[in-house]
Amino acid sequence: MAGATSLHAAADPAVRFESRSATREAPWVKWTLIAVSLAFFALFLLLPLIAVFVEALRKGWDAYIAALVEPDALSAIRLTLLAAAISVPLNLSFGVAAAWAIAKFDFRGKHLLITLIDLPFSVSPVVAGLIYVLVFGAQGWFGPWLQAHDLKVIFAVPGIVLATVFVTFPFIARELIPLMQAQGKEEEEAAVVLGANGWQTFRYVTLPNIKWGLLYGVILCNARAMGEFGAVSVVSGHIRGLTNTLPLHVEILYNEYQFAAAFAVASLLALLALVTLAVKTWIEHQATQSGDASQ
Amino acid sequence: MSIQVQNIHKAFGDFVALGDVSLDFPTGELVALLGPSGCGKTTLLRIIAGLESADSGRVLLDGEDASDTHVRERHVGFVFQHYALFRHMNVFDNVAFGLRMKPRRERPSEQDIAGKVHDLLKLVQLDWLADRFPAQLSGGQRQRIALARALAVEPRVLLLDEPFGALDAKVRKELRRWLRRLHDELHITSIFVTHDQEEALEVADRVVLMDHGRVEQIGTPEEVYRQPATPFVYGFLGAVNHFSGRLEGEGIRVGDALLRHVAPEFKHGDDVIAFARPHELEVLTDDSVAGGVPARVARILSFGVTARVELEGLNGTGNQHFEVELSSEQAERLALREGQTVRLNPSRLRVFAR
Repeated sequence: MAGATSLHAAADPAVRFESRSATREAPWVKWTLIAVSLAFFALFLLLPLIAVFVEALRKGWDAYIAALVEPDALSAIRLTLLAAAISVPLNLSFGVAAAWAIAKFDFRGKHLLITLIDLPFSVSPVVAGLIYVLVFGAQGWFGPWLQAHDLKVIFAVPGIVLATVFVTFPFIARELIPLMQAQGKEEEEAAVVLGANGWQTFRYVTLPNIKWGLLYGVILCNARAMGEFGAVSVVSGHIRGLTNTLPLHVEILYNEYQFAAAFAVASLLALLALVTLAVKTWIEHQATQSGDASQ
Repeated sequence: MSIQVQNIHKAFGDFVALGDVSLDFPTGELVALLGPSGCGKTTLLRIIAGLESADSGRVLLDGEDASDTHVRERHVGFVFQHYALFRHMNVFDNVAFGLRMKPRRERPSEQDIAGKVHDLLKLVQLDWLADRFPAQLSGGQRQRIALARALAVEPRVLLLDEPFGALDAKVRKELRRWLRRLHDELHITSIFVTHDQEEALEVADRVVLMDHGRVEQIGTPEEVYRQPATPFVYGFLGAVNHFSGRLEGEGIRVGDALLRHVAPEFKHGDDVIAFARPHELEVLTDDSVAGGVPARVARILSFGVTARVELEGLNGTGNQHFEVELSSEQAERLALREGQTVRLNPSRLRVFAR
């Protein structure tokens, strides 16, 4: 019932706006806008997506499967999953902590923190990668110390994880901050007055209120973690079977003119994107429903 | 349980919300903190609850200093202005929340919790709503659920922040009576914050009037209404007409007119301000009777049992606004017309230094 109302409510203004002759635009405006957006969508989004799968399957299913189960590809898949598995939980805890701090407390430097959270969005991923090379690379600040202790960060898995954490840093925090700010702290205050401790307040009051936003942030964060190219490319060193993630593997295959294999691996990433979109849409639907129930 | 606040001071930046406030709330009373918005009443309530901390001063609960006690340990029930019900929980879970959060050894069994929650829901007469979510309730219902939730943990005191502020007039009146009855049943020390004088006078045992972070007057509703201690209290507790003038012998000189009034606490020549309620002004149309301030009738509102006349002051009270309340019979007898010039003679005046 709630879903029906939300759909109805969402459609209502547009329907109402158009059904009245006083506010209705000329038909050509409407159809031009629809045509332009559909053409763009087809040309820039749908066509490439279809191309990926067509090219991937050009040499048939056997070649497609072979390209995916080849050891280097498997290793790239493993590394991509590893980087995501580390960076998503890290950014999850950071995002919740930062959003909580910003929405529920007053402190000096709050605006600075909000600005800094956006830094990974505003800086080019290549620069992000370079920062890590400058800090942890052989000629970097900690380079000699790391070498002395036989630790490898750059051109190794830790560097890839670090770069991934950096570029996916803002997703969850950005999703939660406006949500938690809008919700205010009255419910938390009510919980504390009723005797709940900090953990109970978070577990039973805060978390249920932010869960859909949180999940949404995790999905976006995960998609970016698996798809990141620029920053990871700088720190990886492109060592086959060791420091190649899926996007880097695609590039290498492509540069070696193995087009079918490159597209096969790329289709994995495209599939990930589609799954992400589907999950995202489902979450949005759930969130509007629970939002309806709580207004 | 009694509540005392001693020398509470609280400032937000340059704004002094509470300036050295000391108050005593005896056990079992229902007290209203009444004042205009921004007078510090909500801040005081939140300081008592522990949701806000004072810059200096102490809060004593049952004679014990609670200033450093965590909100959790104060055992106060707090009802928020916008209810703050947990939106993802149904009514039952909302009311049960406080009991379920207790440490394991103090926590009642789920069965006992269920029994207690249903008792509380019966008390607030909303037993049939246990499975609903807050969004499915009306404002008045939400407020009562918030109260049930606060009562579930058996608080030592009950604090209500503008409990009826967000409700429409009719529901508000109903809930007022209901709150008073509930308090008479439970006798729990309660403080509620309001900016509505009618609400405060009607519901509370005692009223604390606040303005600009200071306490202006404390007393029973009748005391504060009949003997306002300051011009602010007089003005805040009802419609008011004021006359600025100077004391002259047995009267107050307002412009050209002399209002008869004996004020032994002032001496000849003192500048004073005198107040009269709308029903304490007599309208004189007969020129042969002396006294009163001249005024012109601007508007006559005669519906209901009383008629209200709005007037504009003339001469010494230049362009001041006056309001007179008459019985319908009086209004008929006077047969006032808009634009007519009359004189206003106060039958009772309350005089303050200016």
